[in-house]
Amino acid sequence: MGGHARARWAFLDLLVLVYALVPVLWIASLSFKDPSTVAEGTFWPTRWTWANYTGIFQNDDFVRGLLNSIGIGLISTAVAIALGTMAAYAVARLRFPGRNAVLGLSLLIAMFPQISLVTPLFQIERRLGLFNTWAGLVLPYVTFALPLTIYTLSTFFREIPWDLEKAATLDGATPFQAFRLVIVPLALPGVVTAAILAFIVCWNDFLFSISLTSSDAARTAPATISFFTGSSQFEDPTGSIAAAAVVITIPIVVFVLVFQRRIVSGLTSGAVKG
Amino acid sequence: MTARTVTGRAGRGAGRDERRLGWWLCAPAGLVMLLVTGWPVAYSVLLSLQRYDLRFPHRRAWIGPENYATVLTSVFWWDAVGVTALVTVVSVAIELVLGMAIALVMYRTLVARGLVRAAVLIPYGIVTVAAAYGWKYAWTPGTGWLAGFLPSGSAPLTERWPALGIIVVAEVWKTTPFMSLLLMAGLALVPEDTLKAAAMDGASAWQRFRLVVLPLMAPTISAALLFRILDAVRIFDDIYVLTNGAQRTSSVSIIAYHNLISGLNLGIGSTMSVLVFLGVAVVPLVFVKVFGASAPGQDRGR
Repeated sequence: MGGHARARWAFLDLLVLVYALVPVLWIASLSFKDPSTVAEGTFWPTRWTWANYTGIFQNDDFVRGLLNSIGIGLISTAVAIALGTMAAYAVARLRFPGRNAVLGLSLLIAMFPQISLVTPLFQIERRLGLFNTWAGLVLPYVTFALPLTIYTLSTFFREIPWDLEKAATLDGATPFQAFRLVIVPLALPGVVTAAILAFIVCWNDFLFSISLTSSDAARTAPATISFFTGSSQFEDPTGSIAAAAVVITIPIVVFVLVFQRRIVSGLTSGAVKG
Repeated sequence: MTARTVTGRAGRGAGRDERRLGWWLCAPAGLVMLLVTGWPVAYSVLLSLQRYDLRFPHRRAWIGPENYATVLTSVFWWDAVGVTALVTVVSVAIELVLGMAIALVMYRTLVARGLVRAAVLIPYGIVTVAAAYGWKYAWTPGTGWLAGFLPSGSAPLTERWPALGIIVVAEVWKTTPFMSLLLMAGLALVPEDTLKAAAMDGASAWQRFRLVVLPLMAPTISAALLFRILDAVRIFDDIYVLTNGAQRTSSVSIIAYHNLISGLNLGIGSTMSVLVFLGVAVVPLVFVKVFGASAPGQDRGR
């Protein structure tokens, strides 16, 4: 492997980096453009400004959307993890009839077309008074986060050396101590991974959020952005939309980069070993 | 809860406890998933058999399969079916080739491997709607850096085929990383020794890829394809932002959404929901027939 091969790989790396980063840099650059220069069509801003960012954080709808996104995302993730951990533990460790049915149902729902739920849920939630509430979005979010949680966690739980627990009880630990001191630390990384993946699913949703809300009481940030218009305080929404897009993207990108290795193994665990 | 289970194969008495515990642990998740999907699906079948327009609620009536006749004879519906199928096939095909190329670079590169692998995760992490706005402005005349490369006066998002092309670009860019991560995990399953042996026997790099790597990766590839196809037919966010279905670029999700939210027509909206559901349910069956793949997630034992 000489310098020649390295140069060739460096070139291919560069192509991949351009692919992954240029569209992101474009949105970021757009968000820093002075509104009067947006129409120039250059890639980089000719006049840099923070005005788009200060603007969206003075916009109550967007701030409310962001809070809704965070709140609904966290609640949905917590519920999905609580229910998913129990199911995944059972699937990974216990033998019982119906075990495959749980996995089958999860797979079915992971591939379920969301639009098929939107029409009936719209009507059901209006009747139950769940329309345009946090709970109205938590329900579908939990449902679509659960399959991912169950898959990721059951794969993870299968690899845990559960015998250590027995060894700990033989060494005099109570069952609860064995669970808390031995099993929890082993299982935690898997739970964290599943939680991040579940949160991303909720955070990324757009269809449920625009269909099952009618005001900023529960509308999440991605949907709020799509309602930005040039009419009121935003003369030209381009810069504001770009800034808002960057703001809602940052937390996920940070998550993904910090937990890179775990996320990759979590995403691929179900598909590749199957 | 862990104390009641035994790692070694338990006796008969423990078997019943184990069974019961298994059911109790799965019940909450199973119930939520069944309730939030099963009930609405059944309900949408009922709604689809009614004339039910929220603007004219007093005209509500049972009309049997009339909604299905309306939808299935509608040009707009078949346009949307065509667009959905086309966008799915074209983008998944591109994603497979591009994803494989990126997977090979990530897996084999000798330089800056960590950097490349991290960068590829960024499109995956971006909120679809956010990325879609990026593509929209990039192609907007005057504003966009990509529109600048086009002859002046062209507005690609206002013409049908260019708009569909941009929808495919947005979809491919965002989802190829997922595909390439799956494929990279598959590449890791190919034993290095086999590749070395093939190289010793004089196989070229292309022959090694085609004759050794691809066959060994077949299960991974078919699982990745199935996941992505089922995901792609749901396409909504990108189209909503880029064209909102104008110029006959609606997907089935877009057209069903517009019938519900803009049209407030529960009957027609539900009919479309049921048809989409049936259509998507057919995909895995056809897929298994064509590729002979076992569905991913079946019990793989230990």
